[in-house]
Amino acid sequence: MTITPFEAAHLLALLPEILLVVLAGLVMGLDLVWPESRRRSLGLVAAIGLFLIAGVTLIFGRPGETQLIFGGMIRDDFAAFIFRIVFLFAGAITCLLSLDVEGVGRKGEYYTILIASVLGMNLMGAAADLIMLYLAIETTSITLYLLAGYLREDDRSAESGLKYFLFGALTSTVMLYGLSLLYGFTGQTGYYAIAEKLASGAVPSLPIIIALILIAVGFGFKVAAVPFHFWTPDVYEGAPTPITAFISVASKTAGFAVLMRFFLAIFPPAVTPSWNAMIMAMAAVTMTLGNALAIPQKNIKRLLAYSSIAHAGYVLVGFVAFSQRGAAAAIFYLITYVLTNLAAFTVVIVFAKAAGSEQIYDYAGLSRRSPGLALALLVAFLSLGGMPPLAGFFAKFYVFAAAVQSDLIWLAVVGVLNAIVGLYYYLVVLKVVYVYRSENDDKPIAVPRPYSFVLGLMVVGILVLGTASAPWFTWAMSAAKNLF
Amino acid sequence: MTFPVLSIIVFTPIVVGMLLLLFPAERKSEIRVAALAAAAICLGLSLFVYFSYNTAAGGYQFVEKFDWVPDFGISYHMGVDGISLPLVLLTGIVIFTGVLISWGMDDRPREFFAFLFILATGVFGTFVSLDLFQLFFFYEIAVFPMFLLIAIWGWQQTREYAAMKLTLYLFIGSVIALVGALAMYFTIGRQTGVYTFDMLKMSELQQSGALNLNITINSPFTGAVWINQPFEIVWFPFVFLGFAVLAGIWPFHNWSPDGHVAAPTAVSMFHAGVLMKLGAFAALRVGIMLLPEGAKFWMPAFVFLTVVNVVYGAFIAMVQKDFKYVIGFSSVSHMGLVSMGFATLNRVGYIGATLQMFSHGVMTALFFAVVGMVYDRAHTRNIPDLGGFVKKMPWAAVAFIIGGFVSMGMPGFSGFIAELPIFLGLWQAREIAPYYVVIAVLSATAIVVTACYVLRVVQNVFFGEFDEHKYHDGIADVTVLDKTAIVVLCSVLILLGVFPALMYPLVSSGVDSIMRLLGVA
Repeated sequence: MTITPFEAAHLLALLPEILLVVLAGLVMGLDLVWPESRRRSLGLVAAIGLFLIAGVTLIFGRPGETQLIFGGMIRDDFAAFIFRIVFLFAGAITCLLSLDVEGVGRKGEYYTILIASVLGMNLMGAAADLIMLYLAIETTSITLYLLAGYLREDDRSAESGLKYFLFGALTSTVMLYGLSLLYGFTGQTGYYAIAEKLASGAVPSLPIIIALILIAVGFGFKVAAVPFHFWTPDVYEGAPTPITAFISVASKTAGFAVLMRFFLAIFPPAVTPSWNAMIMAMAAVTMTLGNALAIPQKNIKRLLAYSSIAHAGYVLVGFVAFSQRGAAAAIFYLITYVLTNLAAFTVVIVFAKAAGSEQIYDYAGLSRRSPGLALALLVAFLSLGGMPPLAGFFAKFYVFAAAVQSDLIWLAVVGVLNAIVGLYYYLVVLKVVYVYRSENDDKPIAVPRPYSFVLGLMVVGILVLGTASAPWFTWAMSAAKNLF
Repeated sequence: MTFPVLSIIVFTPIVVGMLLLLFPAERKSEIRVAALAAAAICLGLSLFVYFSYNTAAGGYQFVEKFDWVPDFGISYHMGVDGISLPLVLLTGIVIFTGVLISWGMDDRPREFFAFLFILATGVFGTFVSLDLFQLFFFYEIAVFPMFLLIAIWGWQQTREYAAMKLTLYLFIGSVIALVGALAMYFTIGRQTGVYTFDMLKMSELQQSGALNLNITINSPFTGAVWINQPFEIVWFPFVFLGFAVLAGIWPFHNWSPDGHVAAPTAVSMFHAGVLMKLGAFAALRVGIMLLPEGAKFWMPAFVFLTVVNVVYGAFIAMVQKDFKYVIGFSSVSHMGLVSMGFATLNRVGYIGATLQMFSHGVMTALFFAVVGMVYDRAHTRNIPDLGGFVKKMPWAAVAFIIGGFVSMGMPGFSGFIAELPIFLGLWQAREIAPYYVVIAVLSATAIVVTACYVLRVVQNVFFGEFDEHKYHDGIADVTVLDKTAIVVLCSVLILLGVFPALMYPLVSSGVDSIMRLLGVA
């Protein structure tokens, strides 16, 4: 693959990003023009705008031939395309979820920052150069720090923002150091140029291994893999819930997008076989620790935080299979995870708005107060637990099948056992929802329109991916081909 | 394109269940009628399939097949043979009578029927699956609604514990079997280049030797060989026992009596009547039929587990004070006979096992229905506190006695035609190993014990003095709907006992194909 010189046509490849900038400007402008009373519509404008951009991307943004553009900064391929759709979709849903949330729903700059974050993620999915990679990661991270700490009056939110920032800044510098080592030893910044250099064997392996580990720190932080997961529960608990949802799905997916593209391009397993062992151990520990720590949680956001760590482990299992099928399984897993976790967080947001609590025991009687909400939580949690006919079942199946195919039977067994532990704590929550009663049983919870729309969309999505999963997997497969 | 009758049987319950959830919750009677209609459709169609199956032709009929996930060789593949067809009919009977029995259920009937129907879809789907992946898919669908059904509507005192125990046991069993299934899939794929989950194709490839290889595991430290055994022998115990957990095989039976007791009546009926067959069926279909060499190696050993089931289950049942625990342990004992039939590895034994699955399913559904009726009225299941119920509930008493006869294996009832072949099979199996004779004698003692506990319950609960003062509400007779359910279940038991020919040739045709796989002509 050659680096194509600049052509005006390449701007088309960046069309979604250009539109995102326009949308961000629009929202900011409307924020200035509109009176306070109309500002609830800002979120709708942002959400519809993001949906439209996703639609435009689907229609016009389909990559033709895979090529490196803008001097090798950006790789225009099917993988980048799919990740873009995922980020735009997750962003749009997050905007809808923010509408009625106290303190963020009516703020123009909140939506502007969110859109900027989506922009950064889009670039993360497409970056093919160390400089672009770092810029994209920072665009995403800095905006997310702001969003996590957005509720300045709320101590927990401020703590969340600060903690996220401190951990993020630290891991980011470590990663930057790794990137500079890589550049120093190869003299290249483009992924494929570096890969060629490494394959030629002219570079000593020890500094490369060190660079590799340092870079893995940054990526591990983004995907919340053990041992770089410490920020997750506190940040998840304190951040405004829509942002928690956004971090748990979009930021994690973006992290995996760069992780897979970077490592599969630069370090094919043949170059550094010892690399496998490290990621395998990381996957096993991430799954196990995430699940084990989720069991005693009392707060639903913390529970979902630990469960999101565990799910990062499952995705790593797909990645570490180092096969096209494994990568496709990981991508499919991320898609289902986006749908499922957004559904779960929607329930959390609606419930918190109505009942003012995020404690699991307060969910008692939910099935009587709002059968629809309870059902949505049931679908989401069983999908997270990997039960058919829901999306999570196929996702887990693909991932474990990829592991068995690559002769990682022990890893598949660890994963399968973890799935049981996971199912346990999801069932505990469902038990509270369906079995226990509370004195508020007779106070129904109304689900506002945008939220019921989101829930309906997600539940249908989870069912579709859980039954007719073949076309989606084929999709993920064609994205995975681009990563090798 | 022929009429996809199996798909309709499988998906009617789940579709109706989903539609029920859209009903307003307070319109309970409409919800019940819709549920009954769906159950009647399932029963009607199962009867239609049962009687239009061509026994002379045998094999898999009513087959539907198309690609599902071609990348993995997963297909949507359904069909019935002489083994699965009686079980489909059984499910139809139990879901129909279960809805009748649950008519009076007043706490959120909408959700109750919805979850019960999701369960029914899972069960029907597993029985008709000819694709291994699809089988797992439906198997898991059958497992999780159980959790909610028991935890929400179950018996207050133990429901949470029992629901979680049951779900985790079954889930662990099934994922262990799943790993085994994946190992089969990839091994066959690597040996032959054909990656498929289609069980017919897998079985064909297995017969042509695709699984004839050794699995060698060396010690990572010394390099010494730890295991060097044929593939089928290594994997068979995982697959078979993984599924047999659901069939209540000792020592993994522990979830089952607790689950039976904690569950609400209709769910106990479904659970003991159908769900345990699901485990036995999957163990047969996946374990024995896909790994016949493993079965030949292991079953003569597993027969000892089954004899524990049969004898120990019966003895435990005898000392129970709780009416429902008696039935719960009797299920463990009777399901042991099914696995014991599998362990005979001969034709007669398998015919007996299959008939026993059907007969026990109907019988135990009847038992649990009667227990539910008594409990709903007396509000206690403690046997010493009960007595004289025959005067108040004659229908229930007669039904229980009929069930008892089946349970004891009295001639003229379905239990006899099911248990006799199993014992004959055990006797014949002395060609494999002489100890089968001892097993036969040991398990025959269980029949005596069964008679003891059944008669003890009959005597203490239904006969004896009726004490008006014990029950403040007074004891009313069972409702018309209950009577309908009882009559349906009893007539099946008697019909099959008097005319074994209604099922025998069908089952026999199904067993033939297993015997071919086992190499027993």
